[in-house]
Amino acid sequence: MKINKLIILITSFFVILLGACNGGQDSSIPTVKDTQPSVLYVMTHDSFAVSENLIVNFEKENNIEIKFVLSGDTGAALNRAILTKESPQADVFFGVDNTFLSRALDEGIFEPYNSPMLVNIDNSLRLDPENNALPVDFGDVCINYDKAYFAENKLSIPSSLSDLLLPEYYGLLVVENPATSSPGLAFMLATIAEFGEDGYLDFWTNLKANGVMVVNDWESAYYSNFSASAGKGSQPMVVSYGSSPPAEVIFSETPLDDAPTASIIATNTCFRQIEFVGILKGTQQRELAEKFVDFLLDVPFQEDLPLQMFVFPANGKAQLPPEFEKFAQVPDQPAKLDPDLIAQNREKWIQNWTLVVLR
Amino acid sequence: MKQALKYIRTIPAILLWSLPFAFMLIFYFQPLLANFRVAWQATTSEVLASIPYKVITQPLFFTIWQASLSTLLTIIVGISPAYLMAKYRFFGKSFIRLLTTIPFIMPTVVVAAGFNALLGPKGWFNLLLQTIFSLDNPPIQILNSLGAILFAHVFYNSTVFIRVVGGAWSQLDPKIGFAARTLGASPVRVWQKITFPLLKPALLSAILLIFLFNFTSFAVILLLGGPKFSTMEVEIYIQALHMLNLPVAGLLSGIQLLFTLVLTILYSRIIKTKSVALTPRDPEEVAKSITGWKQRSFLIGTMSYLVVLFAAPLFSLVLRSFLLTDTNRNVEGLAGNRFSLVYYQELFLNRRESLFYVPPIDAILNSLYFGLITVGIALFLGFLAASVISSRSSWGKLLDPILILPLGTSAVTLGLGFILVFNSPPLDVRSIPLLVPIAHSLVAMPFVVRILQPIIASIPRELKYSAMVLGASPWRTFWQVEFPILFRAIISAALFSFTISLGEFGATTFLARSEQPTIPIAIYRYLSQPGGLNYGQAMAMSTILMIICALSIFLIERLKLPNIKEF
Repeated sequence: MKINKLIILITSFFVILLGACNGGQDSSIPTVKDTQPSVLYVMTHDSFAVSENLIVNFEKENNIEIKFVLSGDTGAALNRAILTKESPQADVFFGVDNTFLSRALDEGIFEPYNSPMLVNIDNSLRLDPENNALPVDFGDVCINYDKAYFAENKLSIPSSLSDLLLPEYYGLLVVENPATSSPGLAFMLATIAEFGEDGYLDFWTNLKANGVMVVNDWESAYYSNFSASAGKGSQPMVVSYGSSPPAEVIFSETPLDDAPTASIIATNTCFRQIEFVGILKGTQQRELAEKFVDFLLDVPFQEDLPLQMFVFPANGKAQLPPEFEKFAQVPDQPAKLDPDLIAQNREKWIQNWTLVVLR
Repeated sequence: MKQALKYIRTIPAILLWSLPFAFMLIFYFQPLLANFRVAWQATTSEVLASIPYKVITQPLFFTIWQASLSTLLTIIVGISPAYLMAKYRFFGKSFIRLLTTIPFIMPTVVVAAGFNALLGPKGWFNLLLQTIFSLDNPPIQILNSLGAILFAHVFYNSTVFIRVVGGAWSQLDPKIGFAARTLGASPVRVWQKITFPLLKPALLSAILLIFLFNFTSFAVILLLGGPKFSTMEVEIYIQALHMLNLPVAGLLSGIQLLFTLVLTILYSRIIKTKSVALTPRDPEEVAKSITGWKQRSFLIGTMSYLVVLFAAPLFSLVLRSFLLTDTNRNVEGLAGNRFSLVYYQELFLNRRESLFYVPPIDAILNSLYFGLITVGIALFLGFLAASVISSRSSWGKLLDPILILPLGTSAVTLGLGFILVFNSPPLDVRSIPLLVPIAHSLVAMPFVVRILQPIIASIPRELKYSAMVLGASPWRTFWQVEFPILFRAIISAALFSFTISLGEFGATTFLARSEQPTIPIAIYRYLSQPGGLNYGQAMAMSTILMIICALSIFLIERLKLPNIKEF
């Protein structure tokens, strides 16, 4: 009697386990090819967002099902794509940025694709001439400031990175650690573009002397330290995005006529982040993957980008939403660095920065 | 013939006992080794030569230092509530138990926000002090300091001490103590000679669990300690995900793992002294009511510091989720706020028609679903493992230290390992949502085992034997003798498994589940974009998480055995 019960218990445990495994499998492998749509896997980072109807329409038109594999932040998602390149977990990867681009290309995770949509995309964004990685969107990491604080204290807005060293801005800026935060890294790269590899550490030494506050992540910087955010912190300047001011208007509890914040967009004060999409090497769905890449670069998706992910469309034909037209500022001359140079020096630059600013 | 039957009868037992081993092998060692192998393959002499060894030694020392300090403080904070919970009946007992458990499930981003709203430079506490004493600068500057790290660790882990130690304490038979007192022993001597030795296994278990939690602490260090502090876990995260430097990350997690292994072996050595088999008592029978001013002031003193320590940061979150601040951001203090339910209403609207919008009800159901599966797996396997360990066979000696290892393992390393191993059918992280509760179970099992094992070991064998002699089958013996004695401990173990799952565990952020987002994932989504509504919705969602957690704990704790008296 007891033997039976125990055996039942054990087998049921395994049956449940196996059942769960099979359950998942069945849904992903179509049994009847003609009626069941095939599945296109898209691996991306957690911040990916899109309007539901766009995806539904695309699925209907092409008789496919799109499954998004959200895989953590940009670094985690790329890591995943690299670690599984022998048995790719997706057909398309979206979200590698220009700071990681060379790494992704060196690892050879992508197949080149000369999309016809590329004609509408600004040449300055096309960093990979072989089109393994195609630019989808860009955003500028800029210093945001609390307009009310600057008005009340009759402070002028800094007009260059060097201005941040002036005594009137003592203790007013919060930045993110480049070792743990992507906007933090972008801002450090802006200082390298401005002052050069040899000069950026001197700038940071002086910035530290001028009371710069460093935190590990954007959430803390923005919500705990920045005075114009809902967290009501104590620093009126924060390293954030050029698109944060329109986001403050869109996500305000009560309708606002004007953004409470603005960006400093002087020469080299912002660093441009570009996000790329690529077809993962070894895909069995090359044709569908191409269609999806075209879809990402085409106008409807590109016009959906700003209000979903708070980035700017790479396609020059896409119109910006009114909130962006009104409140988002785009720098004329953002700081730029060669992706190869970034890939080669990233670790060294961060380590030296850490020694100067944190130790 | 009889001999053969005897062997057949042991087969189910062996099968059962091998389940926890198999589970650990498949879901822990396999991913871990896969990760180390990849790290090793990428290691060249060039890479090794370029490793800045300060990157290893400094975080290692700091990790041990902060973990020891945090554990010590947690013991100090936890000891009197554990005693009160175990020995007395008083008004607000279940409230205190709930209050100290809730921090355990709160995502660190939210706790950081709570601390900031309370203790930050423009936090309510500082504003209050500034108004009272008319100060120009905020008097309390705790954020981004070692103090904040320690405070947060005590905040998170006190419940482990209170529940594990308090639970064991409440089941001690007070008669032995009474007997000793009657024979003339002083209270100190009773503590030294009776209470402490009997409590030692539970005490050591609690200390080990808390130490390991602090040892692998990640988000607290990152968000509350700030960039000046770095633990092994933080370094691993930076090296693996921001530098994409797997060899260094692998080396660091290897060292971290080695340290954990030494610690657990040491622990097994200390605890090896055979536990005394004493019939556990019904806690309700042992608990006394509070009498006299001494006891009363002890109770009031303990309750008040618990309320300040635990309720204040949590309450500041709840309060924040009901207060609109947007229009008057530059008005200092509470003057510019007004009460509103707008954040809660917004939670139910998908304004941008986003594909990844998470309806709150779905997030709640997903969280509960993963939580319950975790409870099932962790309890079932944990009970088996605890039985194996209590049997004092060589299997048990082997299983004891390795079961605890997941607690001291880098979540990043384990998470990457999961991706490496489970990337094709039949076990594929993309399509098997079950891998999430499995990963949660890896962390929950050490708790289940540490809670159940001392109790299992303390059940006198005579009890079992008498039942069997009287003709009860082993099955019946389990249900009617062992299970009632274990019932309280099982509930406690279930609660830990549930809360561990609800609070999320680092490794699972790697396991994709865009189709089944949980409450913490929804909270992170809101906090990743600017804007007052996003911040408010994150607070509202956190409040919902607290309520769900409180309700679940409340229900689980009220589970009673039908028809059988509990012990």
